[in-house]
Amino acid sequence: MNNFFIYLLTMAGVTYLVRMIPLVLVKKKITNRYIISFLHYIPYAVLTVMTVPGIFYSTSYSVSAIVGFVVAVLFAFMEKTLVIVAAMSCFAVFACEMALNLL
Amino acid sequence: MKEINSFKKGITSGIPICLGYLSVSFAFGIFAVKSGFSVLEAVLISLTNVTSAGQLAGVPIIASGGSLVELAVAQLVINSRYSLMSISLSQKLGKSISMLDRFLISFANTDEVFAVAVSNIGNVGKRYMYGLIIPPIAGWTLGTLLGALAGDILPAVVSSALGIAIYGMFIAIVVPPAKKERSTALCVLLAIVLSCIFYYVPLLKNNIPSGFTIIICSVISSAVMAAVAPLPIEEGKDE
Repeated sequence: MNNFFIYLLTMAGVTYLVRMIPLVLVKKKITNRYIISFLHYIPYAVLTVMTVPGIFYSTSYSVSAIVGFVVAVLFAFMEKTLVIVAAMSCFAVFACEMALNLL
Repeated sequence: MKEINSFKKGITSGIPICLGYLSVSFAFGIFAVKSGFSVLEAVLISLTNVTSAGQLAGVPIIASGGSLVELAVAQLVINSRYSLMSISLSQKLGKSISMLDRFLISFANTDEVFAVAVSNIGNVGKRYMYGLIIPPIAGWTLGTLLGALAGDILPAVVSSALGIAIYGMFIAIVVPPAKKERSTALCVLLAIVLSCIFYYVPLLKNNIPSGFTIIICSVISSAVMAAVAPLPIEEGKDE
């Protein structure tokens, strides 16, 4: 799968450059308010777009995914750690699918 | 300024990140193998990228035979947040860190590594930073290997449940700031609406590759919010 290595190189190369260039080059602080604001919003926007609606198709049934989503939002709202939120969400999906399989 | 430069302290701070990564990358390993990648390919992706969101977006693009431009632009936009983190981190690096060190450390400047590094009072040194990045890289790669290997063995109900793990982590990152700042909540709401439009309108769904959808929706939401609700200018704040 030669193609894979071209993909891998592209993916890893871009990811590395995005992290490396600013760390090596930038010594001064950014002062443009619009750019600072844009960069502030970008991570939340990206993660949201990736999560909704993708999360609803990440498990075997839509019902269990919705349950997992609600549980994750609840635990995140209580400001639990990443590991706890992810684990509780998985557990909720697991419990829901076990129940569905019994029906 | 005082410089924190103990390798042991770095490792100690890196271990909790490593444990978190083990569980999430386990789910990534399952996801990659399910998408048609070999175990070795899944491990190589994690070892060379060390990023959850970028890898999760990259895998379907590669699996569907997407173009290299789509893959590159998707990684650029999704991982653009690291640029800001690298800029911020560059202001925390002490005198012991050479140019070569910057090239190496930036490789593993993940959300969590960044958050832990900048939470120290004073500058961080070379030994501390190397100590800090080793456990997360190891955890991320090892978890992927275990997930990729276990994917076939695990009962369907378990791998189905683990499929939601990465999204759970994203939710854990997004919800707390959205709860505190109305502007971030609005940005999240806007992103949800745009994302659903691009997903459920057949004309858009069938013609725009998923990597570009992520880019378009997140850039529009952030650009609108930066114009409507720019951050307050904070004089002299050390961030």
